[in-house]
Amino acid sequence: MTATRRTTIISAACLAVSMSACILLLRHIDQIRPKATIEDVLYLNSPTTIKRASVGFDGLMACIYWTRTVQYFGHRHFDRAHTYNELAPLLEITTTLDPHMLPAYQFGASFLAPKPPAGAGEPVRAIHLMEYGIANNPNNWRLYYDLGFVYYTELKDYRNAAEVFERGSKVPDAHPFMKIMAAQMAAHAGDFATARMLWSATYDSSNEENIRQNAVEHLRAIRVDEDVTNLETLVSAFESRVGRKPSSIAELATAAHLRGIPVDPDGDAYQIAPDGRVLVHDPDDFPFITKGLPEGYKPGPPKFHAQR
Amino acid sequence: MAAIEILGLEKTYMVGFWRKRPKRALQPLHLAVEEGEIFGFLGPNGAGKTTTLKMLMGLVFPTAGTARILGHDWTDPEVKAQIGFLPEQPYFYDYLTAHELLDYYGQLSGVPGKDRKRRVDEVLQRVGLQDIKGVQLRKFSKGMLQRAGIAQAILHNPKLVFFDEPMSGLDPLGRREVRDLMEQLKQEGKTVFFSTHILSDAEALCDRVAIIHRGELRGVGAVEDLTATVQGKVEVIWQGAQIPASMKALGAECHVTGDTVRAVLPENQQDAAIDALRREHIRLIAITPLRTSLETYFVEKLQTASSETPAASAAGKTLGTAV
Amino acid sequence: MSPRIVYIAFNTFREAVRDRVLYNLIAFALLLSGAAIFVGQISIDIERLVVVNLGLTAVSLFGIVIAIFIGIGLVSKEIEKRTLYTVLSRPVRRWEFIVGKFFGLAGTLVVNTFFMAIGVFGALLYVVHKFSKPDALILVALYFIVLEFLIICSLALLFSSFSSPLLSAVFAFSLFVIGSFADDLRGFAAMAHGLTRWVATGAAYLVPNFSALNVISAVAHQQPVSGQLILNNTLYAMFYTAMALSGAVLIFERRNLK
Repeated sequence: MTATRRTTIISAACLAVSMSACILLLRHIDQIRPKATIEDVLYLNSPTTIKRASVGFDGLMACIYWTRTVQYFGHRHFDRAHTYNELAPLLEITTTLDPHMLPAYQFGASFLAPKPPAGAGEPVRAIHLMEYGIANNPNNWRLYYDLGFVYYTELKDYRNAAEVFERGSKVPDAHPFMKIMAAQMAAHAGDFATARMLWSATYDSSNEENIRQNAVEHLRAIRVDEDVTNLETLVSAFESRVGRKPSSIAELATAAHLRGIPVDPDGDAYQIAPDGRVLVHDPDDFPFITKGLPEGYKPGPPKFHAQR
Repeated sequence: MAAIEILGLEKTYMVGFWRKRPKRALQPLHLAVEEGEIFGFLGPNGAGKTTTLKMLMGLVFPTAGTARILGHDWTDPEVKAQIGFLPEQPYFYDYLTAHELLDYYGQLSGVPGKDRKRRVDEVLQRVGLQDIKGVQLRKFSKGMLQRAGIAQAILHNPKLVFFDEPMSGLDPLGRREVRDLMEQLKQEGKTVFFSTHILSDAEALCDRVAIIHRGELRGVGAVEDLTATVQGKVEVIWQGAQIPASMKALGAECHVTGDTVRAVLPENQQDAAIDALRREHIRLIAITPLRTSLETYFVEKLQTASSETPAASAAGKTLGTAV
Repeated sequence: MSPRIVYIAFNTFREAVRDRVLYNLIAFALLLSGAAIFVGQISIDIERLVVVNLGLTAVSLFGIVIAIFIGIGLVSKEIEKRTLYTVLSRPVRRWEFIVGKFFGLAGTLVVNTFFMAIGVFGALLYVVHKFSKPDALILVALYFIVLEFLIICSLALLFSSFSSPLLSAVFAFSLFVIGSFADDLRGFAAMAHGLTRWVATGAAYLVPNFSALNVISAVAHQQPVSGQLILNNTLYAMFYTAMALSGAVLIFERRNLK
C-alpha cells in the first residue's frame, strides 16, 4: 500500500470517528447546559444593553431572542415549572429589539399574566408590555385585543377590558368583533358565551403552537364548566322534585328528559357524587376547569390536546 | 542501476470554465538516466520540463504512468532524503536568514543535529555565499537567491540532484561557477538532472540530453553522438584583413571581423590553405573542425512533425535518432 | 513519530513572531490599561464586571482575528509563493506539513494568550486591589478561549488547503459567528419541519459550538463552571480539531501544486 493510500485511509477514518464523537459530545453538553440559550438573560437582562450590544443587527437579534423565548417557555411549560422568571425579560428584550414583532405581544398576553404553571404570573408586566406594543404600533387593533384579553382573563377587570376593546374597535380596519366584545364585556362579562368568543378568537387568530394549545384547553374547560353548571342546576331541580339526590347520571338524564347520557368533550360521562355534586370523569384531562373537580384534587402532569 | 526511470508519465489538465477541455501538458514519457551522469532536459518554454520535474517531486500527480528514482517508487517519501531539488526561480521564507533556512531544511532532510551546522557552513562556502550571516533572505539579490537554492539542494549530500533552470538570473561569472559546481558534483559520483533552454550550457556540461517540445519527447542521446556529424569542413582564422587570392580558389567563404578573418573551407583543402597563408606571411590564429552544434540538432528536432516521434521515444535511452 | 512536525511547528511559530504578530499585544495592553484606569475612576460598583468582560472578550476577539488572518495563509501562501516546493521535495509527508503548521499556529496563540492573561489579571488587580478566590475562574474562561482558538485554527487551515485567502477568511469568520449562536441554530432546527429540519439539524451539529465555550458572562459574575463541562468541552475541541485537520489532510494529499 502506498504512503498516500495509507494516509487517505487513516485520515478518512479519523474524520468519521471525530465527527461522530463531536455529535455525541454536543448532545451531552446540551444536557449539561439546560439554561444555555437564556444565559445572557440571566446576567444581562437590560434590554437597552442588549440593544447596544447588537451593533445594529437588532432585527436578527430579535428573531434569535424570540426563538429562545418560545423554546424556553415550551420546555418549562411541559415540565409544569413553578417559575418563569426569565419570560418577562426575554419578551421585553425581544420587543425592545423589534417593537413591531407582534407575535411576541400575543405570546405575552397568553403567558405572562396567568399564574404558574400556566404562565409567569406577572399580569402587571403583561399590561406594560401590551401598552408598549400599542404605543409602537398604534394602528394595530390586534394589540388592543391582547391587552383586553389580559384584563379579562387574568385580572377579571371587566371595566378596563371593555374600555380597551372599545378603543381597539376605533382603530381603522379593526375587526368588527372588537365592537361586539366591547359590548359583551360591558353587559355579560361573566358569561360563558363571552369567554368562549374570546378564546375562539385567540385560537383562530394565532399561528403559534403554544398559544393555540392554551386556547384549546380553555375552550374545553369552558365546555365542562358550562356542562357542570347546567347539570348541577338539573340536580337541584331533581332534588326539589324527588326529594333526594339522583343516584346516577343515568337517572338524572331520564328524569330531565335529556337526549342520552351527558358526556364531557372527551366522550366520558359525567358522574354524580353521593353529595350531589357533578364530577368530571378524569379531571387531569381538563387543566383549566373550575367546576366538576373532586375534593382535594391536585393536578397531575399536563396532557395536551390538539383538537377543540 | 538507473538513477531515474520514467515509465510513461503523462499529465493532462482539464481547463476551461467547466474544466471539461483536456490540455495535454505531457505525453507519455519514457526516459532513463544513468547514475553518475549529467543529464540535460532541454526544450523551449512551456514544453513540459517543469511539469515532468514536478511530477517526479510528487508536487503534481500524473494522469498515468509511474517512475522509479534510485530504484525506489517515486512516491516513496524516504527516497527524498537522497535527492535534492532546485525549482525554477525559487522563493524561500524571506523572514529567515540563509543559515536558518538551511538549518531548517537540514532538519527536514534528516541531517543529524551535530553535523548540520558544519554542513551548512560548508555548503554556503561552496556556493559562494559568505558574509551573509544574519541577513534575511528578503534582502538577497536574484543571484544570491539562486545560490541559496543550490545550497539547499546539495546540503544533505544527496545522490541525485534535480535542477530546474539553474542558470536563470545569474551573471556570466555566476553561470560559470554553477557549471563548475555541477562538474564537481559529477566528480563526486552524483547524478545531475537539469532542465534548461540554454543550449550552450547543455552542450558544455551534459553527457546525455533529451529534447522535449509541446509535451513530446523529440530526441534522446549522448551529446557527442548527436553532434558527431562532421560537416567535412574546417574553420580557419587568421590575423589581418587580407584575403589571399588563392583562398577563393580553394572554395573558402571568408568573413572579415575587425582585424581577423574567418574562413570556412572543405577539410581536404586544409593543408593548401595553411600553405597559402604562409606564403603571404599571414599569421594563422586557429584551425577548427566544424561540428554540428547542439543548437542545429535542437532546432531540427523542434521542427520535426509529431508523427515521427513514436520512433524517437521508442529509441529509448542510448542511441538517438539519425541526425 | 518523526520530529519533522516539531520542526515545521517551530518554523511556523517563528514566522508569526517575525511577522510582528505579537505586536498586537501592545494594542491589547493599551486597550486594557485604558479601560482599567477609566473604570477605576468612575467606580460605580461594576469595575470587576467591566474589566473581566472587556478583558476576556478582547482576548477572544484579538485571538480569533489573528487565528484567521494567519491561518488562512498557512497553506495557500506557501503554494502561491512556491516556498512549498523545496519543503515537499524533502522526506516530509504532506500530512506532517498540515499538522506541523497547525501546532505552530496554535502555539503562537497560546503564547499570545498567556501574555494577554497577565494583562487581564493585572488590570483586574488595579481595579479591585486584591484577588479573591472566584477570580481563579478567569483561568477557566481563558482555557475555554484557547480551546476556541484551536478549533478556529484547524478550520482556517482546512479552508486554506483548498481555497484562496479571501474566501478562507470569509468562511472561517462566518463559522465563528454562526458557531457563537450554535445553541440558537439547534433551536431553529428543532422548530423546523421536513427537509429544512434535516438540513438545519445537520448544519447545527457540524458548526463549531462556541456558545458552550463562552463562559465569559458567567465568570464575570463569579458563577462556577462545572467540571463536567470542562471535560466535555476539552474532548469536543480535541475531536473537532481532529475532524477539521483530517479534512485538511485529505484535501491537501490530493492537491496538484501548480
